[in-house]
Amino acid sequence: MASDRKPPPATPGPPQRAPEWADGLKQLYDSVVEEDLPDSFKDLLARLDEIEPKRAPGQGGGGSPSPDDRGARP
Amino acid sequence: MSDSDPGDSPRSARDKADFKRELTQVVPHLRAFARGLCGRPDMADDLVQETLLKAWAAQERFEPGTSMRAWTFVILRNAYLTDMRRNRFRGEYDEGVAERILTAPAGQEEPIHLSDLHRALLTLQPERREALLLVGAGGFSYEEAAEICGCAVGTIKSRVGRARAALTEMLANGNIPRRSTEDDAAHRAILEELDEVAAGNLSSTRG
Repeated sequence: MASDRKPPPATPGPPQRAPEWADGLKQLYDSVVEEDLPDSFKDLLARLDEIEPKRAPGQGGGGSPSPDDRGARP
Repeated sequence: MSDSDPGDSPRSARDKADFKRELTQVVPHLRAFARGLCGRPDMADDLVQETLLKAWAAQERFEPGTSMRAWTFVILRNAYLTDMRRNRFRGEYDEGVAERILTAPAGQEEPIHLSDLHRALLTLQPERREALLLVGAGGFSYEEAAEICGCAVGTIKSRVGRARAALTEMLANGNIPRRSTEDDAAHRAILEELDEVAAGNLSSTRG
């Protein structure tokens, strides 16, 4: 009928844009980012220097004890 | 005396210092991502510590100049999936944190309760939740999120879309489980989903 009428730019269907809570999601995330780092992390970061990183694969060795072997990919 | 070839030699002190500086910078982001994934601050922080140790051990595999945040998110995600399978981790959330930051956004008559949002988030299927966290909270592009999750870009888009639709519906209708831990059906569903996700994704992890 009213073929000269342009379709509305936005349909009331499923939201294509982030809805109003999207800001809350970022708030949740940012609130953690902005927290002071607990001492346990500072301690761990300080301790890293004492831990020898793994050698890249193919360089032999590989028998070094590591605190994080469990679940590590070969 | 020959110059040492940096390609073959162990990491120099400088390499390690550079790596450590970058790693330190992403810790807050790792904590935020982990908190969003598993909800409980203590477990999230354990997960991040595990991630830091793994990242440190694997630092030779990190390519300088690429995104440390994306690289460590992959490690954290894999550690999370592994732990979830092992511990049958319960998707609890921390009400305290959500309430504490329950500040109403300026100019909004009816603020979204962040505790509701957080709770709703934790009821999503894990792969949708992580996709939404990466894109909607972490600010990653679809492409980056796909890289982190080891799946196609279209898959990420679809997961984010479904996650958004589910959250919107839950929040609009007030259809939010009181506590995810008391919602046995949802909990079971989450764990079942997780088994599939973990099985599929762990086997496709880039080595």
